[in-house]
This record gives sequence, C-alpha cells and structure tokens, in this order.
Amino acid sequence: MADTEDLSLSRRDLMAAGAASAAIAGAPATASAATPDAPHLAQVTFKVNGQKRSLTLDTRTTLLDALREHLRLTGTKKGCDHGQCGACTVIVDGRRINSCLSLAVMHEGDEITTIEGLGAPDKLHPLQAAFIKHDGYQCGYCTPGQICSAKAVLDEIKAGVPSHVTADLTDALKVTAEELRERMSGNICRCGAYSNIVEAIGEVAGGLSKGEMA
Amino acid sequence: MKFDTPATTNPIDQLKVVGKPTDRIDGPLKTTGMAPYAYERHDALENVAYGYVLGSAIAKGSIKATDVSRAKAAPGVLTVVTAQTAGKLGKGDFNTAKLLGGPDIQHYHQAVAVVVAETFEQARAAAALIKVDYERAKGTFDLASAKDGAPPAGKDNPDTAVGDFDKAFADAPVKLDETYLTPDHAHAMMEPHATIAAWKGDKLTVWTANQMVAWSRGDVAKTLGIPKDNVRLVSPYIGGGFGGKLFIRADVILAALGAKAAGRPVKIALQRPLMFNNTTHRPATIQRIRIGATQDGKITAIGHESWSGDLPGGGPETATQQTRLLYAGANRMMKMKLAVLDLPEGNAMRAPGEAPGLMALEVAIDELAEKLGVDPIELRVLNDTQVDPEKPGRPFSQRKLIECLRTGADKFGWAKRSARPGQVRAGRWLVGMGVAAAFRNNLVMKSAARVRLEKTGRIVVETDMTDIGTGSYTIIAQTAAEMMGVPLHQVTVKLGDSSFPVSAGSGGQWGANSSTAGVYAACVKLREAVATKLGLDPAIAEFSDGRVKLGNQSLPLAQAAADAPIVAEDAMEYGDLTKTHQQSTFGGHFVEVGVDAATCEIRIRRMLAVCAAGRILNPKAARSQVIGAMTMGAGAALMEELVVDKRIGFFVNHDLAGYEVPVHADIPHQEVIFLDETDPMSSPMKAKGVGELGICGVGAAVANAIYNATGVRVREYPVTLDKLLKDMPVVA
Ligand code: FES
Ligand code: FES
Repeated sequence: MADTEDLSLSRRDLMAAGAASAAIAGAPATASAATPDAPHLAQVTFKVNGQKRSLTLDTRTTLLDALREHLRLTGTKKGCDHGQCGACTVIVDGRRINSCLSLAVMHEGDEITTIEGLGAPDKLHPLQAAFIKHDGYQCGYCTPGQICSAKAVLDEIKAGVPSHVTADLTDALKVTAEELRERMSGNICRCGAYSNIVEAIGEVAGGLSKGEMA
Repeated sequence: MKFDTPATTNPIDQLKVVGKPTDRIDGPLKTTGMAPYAYERHDALENVAYGYVLGSAIAKGSIKATDVSRAKAAPGVLTVVTAQTAGKLGKGDFNTAKLLGGPDIQHYHQAVAVVVAETFEQARAAAALIKVDYERAKGTFDLASAKDGAPPAGKDNPDTAVGDFDKAFADAPVKLDETYLTPDHAHAMMEPHATIAAWKGDKLTVWTANQMVAWSRGDVAKTLGIPKDNVRLVSPYIGGGFGGKLFIRADVILAALGAKAAGRPVKIALQRPLMFNNTTHRPATIQRIRIGATQDGKITAIGHESWSGDLPGGGPETATQQTRLLYAGANRMMKMKLAVLDLPEGNAMRAPGEAPGLMALEVAIDELAEKLGVDPIELRVLNDTQVDPEKPGRPFSQRKLIECLRTGADKFGWAKRSARPGQVRAGRWLVGMGVAAAFRNNLVMKSAARVRLEKTGRIVVETDMTDIGTGSYTIIAQTAAEMMGVPLHQVTVKLGDSSFPVSAGSGGQWGANSSTAGVYAACVKLREAVATKLGLDPAIAEFSDGRVKLGNQSLPLAQAAADAPIVAEDAMEYGDLTKTHQQSTFGGHFVEVGVDAATCEIRIRRMLAVCAAGRILNPKAARSQVIGAMTMGAGAALMEELVVDKRIGFFVNHDLAGYEVPVHADIPHQEVIFLDETDPMSSPMKAKGVGELGICGVGAAVANAIYNATGVRVREYPVTLDKLLKDMPVVA
C-alpha cells in the first residue's frame, strides 16, 4: 500500500480497504513474492464441439483463454475474468460453467460445447435464430454466453432441477418468464436486451407458461 | 451535399425497406460468435504478444521510483514500458488526464506501466513484480464538501437567465425547493476496452473498440506524436460503449508503445477491475431545483442549479440542460458549478446531462403536482411549450410530448393510479405507478460515406461509422437498399475503419440520423452516375426492383457497372436549421413497482416508454435501443452507484460484483410505442435518435412509482431499501 501517514485510518477502515483492494486491485498484490520460475506446463486433452483437442498449457491458463487464445475459438467472450458477468459461459459435460473461473487443465477428458458448436451463420441453432428474430442482443458481446446459458437452462428445467423461484418442488417444472429470468441472472447484458432474450428463449421452449408476477 | 432547407419528398419516403422492422444483418455473426471484436483478430495478424496494465495505487501525487527489474527478468517478459521509458507523449484532445501516468499521478488506477510478455499469464504475473514508490499528495474527493467553493462551469456552459427568477419565485403562491443527489455511474459495457497494435515501420494499425474512429485516430497520433496519416484505426465490432468508448484509453496507447518496444504486435484488454477507475465515468451531481407556480399549476418561475466535479481541465455534468427547454415559465434561472475533484476522469455516459438532470427534474415535477393536488401528467400538459422558452421566436421542429404522455397514460392504465400514495396493496406488495417525461436534444453531425455498384449489382457501403449495438449496419444497409432500389441482402456494409470516409460516429444519439444521411448523400451521387452511364436523366430516373426506370425504359442496375464498378462518395453537411428550430426528441416513461411492505424490497413490475423521435428507421433495433436504455435507467434508479472512498480517493466497488447493474431478474417485459412522426428539419432521413431518449426520465419514473407505492420520497439515488425503511407506512 502507498504511503498512508497523512491518513488516520482505524483498524476497521484498514481492513475494509484491504479487503476491497485485495479483491479488486488492478494487479495482484504480491510485489514481495519471489520471481516466479518458468511456467509449469501441462498437457490436457478434451473434446471441444465434438473434436478432440490436445494442448500443452501454462497451468495458470483458464479454460476461457485456452479456448480464445490457444484454440482461437473467440466466440466465448471475456467480460470480467472474475466470474461476475457470464460472458464466458460454456457447457461442460452438459452443465454450464463460467470458463474464466476454471483452469483448462482441470478438464482432462471433458466434453466442452461453445457457441461455435451450437450453430453457424448458415446453420443456426434454434436459439440463435430466435435471438435474431426477437433482437435478443445489441452489441453482441454477452450473446454467446446468453445463448449457451439458455441452452443449459432449458435442459435444467427439463431435468427438473429447481431454482430459487421454483414454488412447488413436487410438480413438473414449467418454463415461465420468472424461471428464465432467475436462471439467466448470471448472464449480464449491459445493452439491456433482457426482455427480448426471455422472449427468444420462451419461443424455443415452445411458449412461456404463465407465472406469478412480483 | 448540404442540408439547409427542410426535406421534401425523396426516395427514402417510399419506405420499402426503411422503416420496416428488420432483423440485424450482423445477427448471424454475432449470435454464432463469429463477429471479431478488437481483442480477437486472429484473422488479421500472428505472433501477437500480451500486455498487462499496472494501475496507480494512489489517487494523487507522484512516483518517486519504479523498479521494473524483477518484472523484466520474469519468464516470458519481452518489455516493460513506463512513463520513464516511453519517450515524450502528448495528450489527446478528448482526454483530460494522461493515459500513462508518472511521475505525476492524476487519479487512482491511472496506468503507470505495461508489461509485455509471450503469454497473458506471464504478463500478469510479471506486473505483480513491479515495485512503485509513491508519494501521496492531498486530494479532494468529496463533491459535497467541495461544492460551496466551486466556480461556474465555464464559458462553454454559461449560466442562463430569463425574466426575474428570484422575484417570481418569492411571489409564487406554490413553491417547491428541493435538492437531489445522483451518484457517479459506470458505463460497465460488457466488452472491456481492448486493442491490438502493430507497427510496420513508422505506420501503426490499431484494432480497437471505439465509437469515434476519426476523433480517436487523431488522438492516437497526437498522443504518440506521429502524423495522423501514419495511423489506421479499425473498429468494426464494439461490445458496448455508452460513451465509455468515445475516446481512446490506456489500452490503445500502451499497446502501441508496447508493440514498438517489443518489436511485435501487442494486445491489451483493460482488466475489468481497472476499468472503473482507469477510464471515464458519469460524474455525480448535486442538484437544487426551485419551481414556483400559480394555484392552478402554471409555472411562473423555474430554477435549476447543479454541482459536479472533475479533474482540472475537465467539464461539468450538464444536468440543467433539459430544464432550459422542457417546460414553459416566464422566469428562468440555470446555473452549473464545477468543483475540482481528484477522482478519475468524468465524461459522457449515455445522455450526459439529461439522464441525471431528469432524475431530479422529473421528481421535482411529481412533488409539485402533489403540492398542487393535480395529476402529474396534467401538470406537464399545462406547462407544455411549443417554442424554446428562452427564445420564444424559435419553435420546436416537432414536439409531441403531450401525445406521448396521453398515449402512455391510456395504454398503461394510468387512470387506475391512486393519487394518494401507499394505498394499493397486492399480497405482500405495496404497488405504485410513476411517470416522467423523456427529453433529449437531436444533434446532427457531418457524415460521409462511399458507395460502390459492383458488376454483380451488389451495393457496397463504406464509412468509418461504428455499430456499438445500435444497429448501424442494418439501417445503413436499409438506406442504401432504399436509395438504389435493391433488396437488403444485396447490400454489403463495411464500417469502423479509418481508411473509409469520416462519419458522424456513435455518440449523443446522433449516429442513426447523421450516418444514414451521409449514406443518402453518397447514394444520390451514385444514382446520378448510374443514370448518366445508362443514358437516363438522373433527375427523374427511378430506382426499384434492381432496375433503373424512366418512362417505358427499364434497365438492370448492374448493367451500369458492366465494364467497371461505379464509385461515389459524398458527405452530408448541415446548415442552420438546428438554429432556427429547436430539434429534440420526446417521450413518456411509465413504471409500476411493487415494494415489499415488510422488507422494502423493490421490484419493477411493468415498464412502458412512448417515444416521438422522428422517423424510426428500423423499429426492431430502435425498440431494443429504448428497452436497453430503460434497463440502464432502472439501474440508475435502484442500484448503480460508484462508491467513493473519500480519503484515499477511488471508486471502491470497481468490478461487476461490486458495481451492480440490472440482471434478468430485475427487468420485466418492457413495452415501447413509437409515435408516427417524421421531422423534415433533421435530415432527408427525417429521423432523429432514440438511444439516449430511452434512458431520459426512467430513473424519475421509477422513483415516483416508489413514492406512489409507499409515500416515502427519496431524493438521493439510488433508491435502495435502506433509504425507505425508516419512513415506511405501518401496514398490517
Ligand atoms: S468473463 Fe467469466 S464471468 Fe465474466
Ligand atoms: S448485447 Fe451488449 S451486453 Fe448484451
């Protein structure tokens, strides 16, 4: 921390400031650590969009950077690198994850689906087509994450996985706007396309059931 | 082409393509992840090294010493650049603080070094090994305490006065005098500021995320001290901007410096936790509003004063702007004061001025309506004006505020609102409705384009215009298709490259109208060239169905380019119609909220916007602009606040976990209605903008709805449950 002698900080203030800067500082606060050794490399093999890929990676490489920088699959976006935005959502073994919060080497043998694996401009996935039809995006940067998340959400509902807003755990789960909004809330869209995104997903689900209103 | 007389009938009025709800032509690329954003140009170049930025740990002071030796020795590191090693740097016209700090530090997280390494992981690790010794200086970080000594905002933002405000206010039988607070806001666009820079000799290319290609190309050149002609700036896809990417930021300059030092292309994305203090933000305001009215609600005096702060050399948040024009009243007074604050640089964010200004003014109007015992819509109708209240000889080109409010009231079920607050209960929820006027000026900017007819009959449009999610690609294609008489899919649009003609760029909601007007001008030229080539009179030839027709002659458009493509280039420039007529956009925002009677949790239940904003070129994308702005307005009302650490001088909550923005669960289905309007004063497109109008007034409509639900008036945004709790009505 910089010179603080002109400040009279209480212990509580210091803890608060320390906690804040540790969590958020622009660079890791390890200036006193020893110079790191050469990077530890490891090999990892997984399937991406059905194709077997083997990479030798610095073990610090996230799954997100393995996809974007090493496999050049840049459809998966980096919005925060901290698990706070959902732009990096991919589907691993059928479940959605924030790929920025996961090291690539943890995925030996996994099956990974990215936006590129769902569809292509001339062969759109129904969700991709619905996002276009309902204008469920603007700048497009959160969009691959929204679509991957939406795909997993529909599968979760089908599988009967309840959410925070599921009122009845014994009935079959319904696709309501409220369920979608709750389950999609890890995917931020700063352009604010939410209203259209929910309609796009609802259409692919075969229509929204009536839910409760707040 | 010069636009200096009101538009008459022109080919756009056919509305075969323009004005139709149209899917975005960039949709298939964006939804499949194939649209390349700035950091992702694997297609454009190889052998790119990674940069990682170190931000200052103090807000103000200087660097005594920087030790980069351990960082330089770290594995994979190619170079480290600091102000000491960067050589002489200038400052761009659009930047207030330097983009690379040192020895002087102007704000927290101002960049002080960039590490370039073979990999991202190596650059990040090495950045942590840089040791900077700072000398902290005393700074000013608290607007409330700096407010009283703050000088007037300066010659660009003079105080204005009409009549005798003080006397009229003193004499008014009904008075309102309240102060409202809006906090600092972050753009928080989803794509971080990012750049890849590559040198070829003394020529620099930057692939970057930027709203204003020409401005920023100039500022890159100026900052690096190289001729503008040596800089190419490419920005075809931008992951959101909202004003935050109007100007160059540290990523561009540090990538260029890093690439020069490393002898390799370098890419940098600003780390998310750096963005909030390193880049710009919407400054906080303190606003005092005084309104005097007659017993029956006629405003006789209206005064709006606003205080904001910025770094030395910066500008004010122009929060009084709309109050000059929105309501009638013979006696008027507007003042802005600008304090020097050593916080990060303040600058434009979506509807600068009006967004926070209306968050205050439209609550004040709600409060006045209650004092008078009149409906808040009726109060607005009663005080409507069809002329500039400061210059009554100057009419509005179009002003359908009353229609917006009336239409909205009807569609929203406003009649069901209880005038007395705290009366409507639905289960655990106290329910209330709120309304606010939306207002934002229409700006027009010179804009150029080049259009080419290819042998195949395809039309290619090139302009340095940007699409930041606004839908520029699509409306430009619609414009060219309409003008040249071809279907939409026969048009290719290329944007965001400084090698293309200079456009209006994306800002101030001028982009849609201005950039398409530039394309219109170029198409008029192309039509002339095509008709001449085909031996038809350009003045009366018709372009439709891929053919050029005159009388009983009908020739294929492509025939004109049979030997060689035909290229035309032109710009649209503007005369003084914006001076003779006040051009503005209007709207009404309607919001229904539920407030939990016990916990004060606030939920938005319904939202409606009614907009009158000239011709709507693509109702589908325009609606998206409006709902997106409504969402951002909901954020400003309920959660967004950069929290200032007033001793250390930085925004504490500088990431997306701490700086809360609306998520899916916060936003209900949203309705938007566009009134049928064309504005022949704005351009041959007869369009205006909606991207900023959509946020103007939303915050106040939410706050007014919360008041209507609970009877608790909060004048300090965001309206959070802790501010409601102590005054909540006792309910069973
Ligand atoms: S980039 Fe992974 S959650 Fe934001
Ligand atoms: S489309 Fe821009 S952030 Fe969602």
